[in-house]
Amino acid sequence: MKSKKLQRVDFIFDCAGCEPIEVVKKALKMSREEVVSSIIESGLKGRGGAGFPTGMKWKFAKDEVADTKYVICNADEGEPGTFKDREILDVVPNKVLSGMAICAYAIGSKEGIIYLRGEYNFLLPKLNGQIDEFNNNLSKIGLDFAVSIRSGSGAYICGEETALFESMEGRRGEPRNKPPFPTKSGYNGKPTVINNVETLVYTAMIINMGVEEFKAVGTMDSRGSKVFSVSGDTPKAGIHELELGLNVADFVEEFGDGDTKAVQVGGASGHCVPRKLFKETIIGFEGIPTGGSMMIFNSTRSMFNVLNDYLEFFAEESCGQCTPCRIGTQQLIKGVEQVKRGEMQSEYLDQLIKLTETMKIASKCGLGQSVANSFSSIVTNFREEMIY
Amino acid sequence: MSKIKLTIDGRKVQIEQGKTILDAAKKINVKIPTLCYHEDLCVAGNCRVCVVEVAGSRALQASCAIPAQEGMEIRTNTPKVRNARKDIIAMLVSEHNTQCTTCYRSTNCELQTLSAEYNIDNNRYLSILKPNIEVDRSSWSIEKDDSKCVRCQRCVRTCSELQHVNALTVSHKGKDMKISTFHDLPLKDVVCTNCGQCVNRCPTGALTERRYFDEVWEAIGDPTKHVVMNTAPSVRVALGEMLGYPVGTRVTGKMVTAMRRLGVDSVLDTDFSADLTILEEGTELLVRLKKALVDKDDTVKLPLLTSCSPGWVKFCEHLYPDHLGHLSTCKSPQQMFGALTKTYYADKKGIDPKDIVSVAIMPCAAKKFEANRGEMKDSGFQDIDAGLTTRELGHMIRQTGLNFLELEESTYDSIMGESTGAGVIFGATGGVMEAALRTAYEIVTGREVPFADLNITAVRGMEGIREASILIEDAVPEWSFLEGVEMKVAVAHGLINAREIMDQIAAGESPYHFIEVMACPGGCIGGGGQPIPTNEEIRKARVAAIYEEDMNMTLRKSHENPEIQTIYKDFLKEPLSHVSHNLLHTTYRKRQHY
Amino acid sequence: MKNYICYSINNTLNQFNMADTEKLVEQLVTQHGKTRNSLLPVLQGVVREEHFLSDTAMIAIAKALNLSSADVYGTASFYTFLETEPRGENIIRVCKTITCKMKGKQQVIEAIENHLKIKEGETTRNKKFTLLAANCLGWCHKGPVMLVNDDVYPHVAPDQIVDILDKYC
Repeated sequence: MKSKKLQRVDFIFDCAGCEPIEVVKKALKMSREEVVSSIIESGLKGRGGAGFPTGMKWKFAKDEVADTKYVICNADEGEPGTFKDREILDVVPNKVLSGMAICAYAIGSKEGIIYLRGEYNFLLPKLNGQIDEFNNNLSKIGLDFAVSIRSGSGAYICGEETALFESMEGRRGEPRNKPPFPTKSGYNGKPTVINNVETLVYTAMIINMGVEEFKAVGTMDSRGSKVFSVSGDTPKAGIHELELGLNVADFVEEFGDGDTKAVQVGGASGHCVPRKLFKETIIGFEGIPTGGSMMIFNSTRSMFNVLNDYLEFFAEESCGQCTPCRIGTQQLIKGVEQVKRGEMQSEYLDQLIKLTETMKIASKCGLGQSVANSFSSIVTNFREEMIY
Repeated sequence: MSKIKLTIDGRKVQIEQGKTILDAAKKINVKIPTLCYHEDLCVAGNCRVCVVEVAGSRALQASCAIPAQEGMEIRTNTPKVRNARKDIIAMLVSEHNTQCTTCYRSTNCELQTLSAEYNIDNNRYLSILKPNIEVDRSSWSIEKDDSKCVRCQRCVRTCSELQHVNALTVSHKGKDMKISTFHDLPLKDVVCTNCGQCVNRCPTGALTERRYFDEVWEAIGDPTKHVVMNTAPSVRVALGEMLGYPVGTRVTGKMVTAMRRLGVDSVLDTDFSADLTILEEGTELLVRLKKALVDKDDTVKLPLLTSCSPGWVKFCEHLYPDHLGHLSTCKSPQQMFGALTKTYYADKKGIDPKDIVSVAIMPCAAKKFEANRGEMKDSGFQDIDAGLTTRELGHMIRQTGLNFLELEESTYDSIMGESTGAGVIFGATGGVMEAALRTAYEIVTGREVPFADLNITAVRGMEGIREASILIEDAVPEWSFLEGVEMKVAVAHGLINAREIMDQIAAGESPYHFIEVMACPGGCIGGGGQPIPTNEEIRKARVAAIYEEDMNMTLRKSHENPEIQTIYKDFLKEPLSHVSHNLLHTTYRKRQHY
Repeated sequence: MKNYICYSINNTLNQFNMADTEKLVEQLVTQHGKTRNSLLPVLQGVVREEHFLSDTAMIAIAKALNLSSADVYGTASFYTFLETEPRGENIIRVCKTITCKMKGKQQVIEAIENHLKIKEGETTRNKKFTLLAANCLGWCHKGPVMLVNDDVYPHVAPDQIVDILDKYC
């Protein structure tokens, strides 16, 4: 498959010609159907990592008949290596809010909530002021919708949409069984659209600049651009918005330190791409979909340590309710440690790889199904480092 | 209701909308293994043992949690499914204390069964069992061993959905996730009512009743001790399940023989003290009504609440401490029995009460706690020395090597072995009420209750709260003040329903005169000490057996029990007498609500 | 049978008295509403004022929201920031995730340990500081990073620790 050249884009942070409340006004001039079909046509997929088509989510929620519907902005950014949502909320919060307002108009919601991870509480004073002002502006233009904010309290799993609802309802953040899906029964059992921070900004941008301009960027499967959080062994650590569909080789060419041995795409729950696969690996829905975490490791790094770090993260941050995720993560840690110490034969790694298959298909939630990705990709590609 | 058509393993099945894949599979006798699933509880979908393949879906789906949908194609028996299930069970085993040989639930453990069915090799995965897990043996009634916990959360759901007590919770997350009490306090220090419903639904040995049969064996073997056993009404309709009989079989006669073979000196019937309870509690009700209606005493607490169920009593003490005055002061039949064993019985038999060991065989976990309440020493000794569950009796009988199926039947010893159908039906929800009405109505009017065969069907059944009323007409002179009064009664079982009753009382809006409450769903037949498993169907079968037993009794009204008549004549004099007060009535205390 | 030491609720380590805690809970419940949905904001409010959730606080919250105390505890213990054990006035959280590890979080932790004379997970004697390791704080491009309460210190260097912590004394 042919990849795109690395291309920098500036949709998210550029504010020229885009006064957020004006974008909302523009949406209000369209019919609700037109707004939804624009988002569907744009091909925008969720930017939190799972990549569900945003327009479809909106359509499902719009089609529900209910007295109350919610628009929730998922700002529980917890994936290791990801920090773009914080930056977006810090720099262009009004764009996020306008995305929420547009969604509210489209689906018929009066209440929006931002679920902000507790680690970002320092943003609250500023954000609260901006939300108040934005709510005022909305009532001035006659949209009956107001946004409020809720804080998380240090639980990665609450980034999973149904766990987030549970948390907002005052419970342990344990993912629910699906179906029902949030667009039918979400927060408080009401139809809910829950979108990632970045996704909401793109929806506003699509309304502002039109579907065609957005669609012109990216590939068939991965329309548009994406904000990447670049960290690790790189001279250019930070936030970078790039056109989707590039390959890892070009990415490393731009961001690596000249000695890159692996890139972890998608954070601890993502996939590790070794040097030999850089060229053939496309970043996007046709290759490795990602919430934007790009951790770069050079040849001085032990991939055993990297893996161990990820696994320990999951052993602590799994909600613990379902067997494959709770026990699987602990098995993987104990297994790699014992193989490394020579207490188990290296063949045990193959048995654990098989276990990751079970974890991927039998865990209750999307996050549980992805916790083993790093294990299978790192152990497959860096097996020697696990043993010696 | 519209029907959904789907296929399971290539076979077509139709099922109502809203049912799950698991329901559909059951309908065509396809067995899907489950663990966290329990018919009495809401669906959790967290153990993942019941996963199946759904065409078009990459991931497997938990069949207990996924609604059947039109056109679904389900596969329950593919290599993918089997491997995943095997891995999941193996993972659960890797987290588990696999010392099955020393586990009380061995051979009746759902994890053990699954592990055997799927032939789990203990070395498939490394053990991740946390070291140094201490068993919580702080409670008189319930033992909690986290090393055997599979985190299915059935106990938590039971404590919240069925009992609304929420003494148990899930705490922490990830590898540290576990079942806890408030701040991990020992069970004895929290709001736990000891109902034991969690024990009945625990798939493994993580939650069990505290066992006391070793102490009982010791007493039986001690020639200086006179061991008296009394059996609660509902034991006789459930014990058989552990010893080879189908659910709902009455094994009264064989049970009595078996106990005698254990070496017990005297086998007596708690039904006797159930009949006694009716006399005492019925009189208490009439006295309270008189005080309220005739004396216009506004300090009288009505409705009167039954007090036979110690889980229910402790529930009130924790959660409604300001309304304890509504509880009947009558001790439970077990405790009445104990107090009389070491006074009346000892005296009649000429045995020094200090040599008597009184053992109660109960369907109940809470009775263990009750027996050890500080105030239960009115005989001058501990009134009940040991409270055993139906399950413990089953174990003792097995240990004895008796062929229970082949045992001859025999009858209870006397004294305190005589009973009536009214005493028997104490074992089912509504039974105390029915027994009380049979007697109280007759005392007040001089006539039998106006129902065919004395069966007051309005208070029977499995609805959470049932109510009935009975009009008093042509009262005898002594009770003429009740003339024309419509006695309103209610029956509740399961503590979630008890809460509704109590909230009504707390709000001053209770329309009733008398309410029977049982802590356990179905009443004692569904008690926390009854054979495992339990579900609605099993409970209904036991209830049916209870009413069968009642119908087969010659005497069906408590006041007609000749031994009851004798004890009043010789010992107690009359209900609520001074002696009764000392031995048969008790007090309650406020307890903390966490 | 194992003897259990009689338990008394852990208010001894709490410098806030019971009445104050109960009053705080009452205020928070009035502010956020008497439904389960307000449980997290109420718990967060107590932690903000008292740095952890004492048993007194959890019992009061349970009562006010008509929940069981076990339920409140179970919910709180799910969330890393809703501490149920006594903590210092200021909570230091150093990110321990891989990129911060690569950029020297260990030296930062050691600098704090040396300065405060406590180990990770501990609280200073004067109850001023608690030092904890945290999962990804979302500053991977500026690691190592630490939070002191809600304040962020990206690119924190071991030699800045004394100055930073002095601000909280």
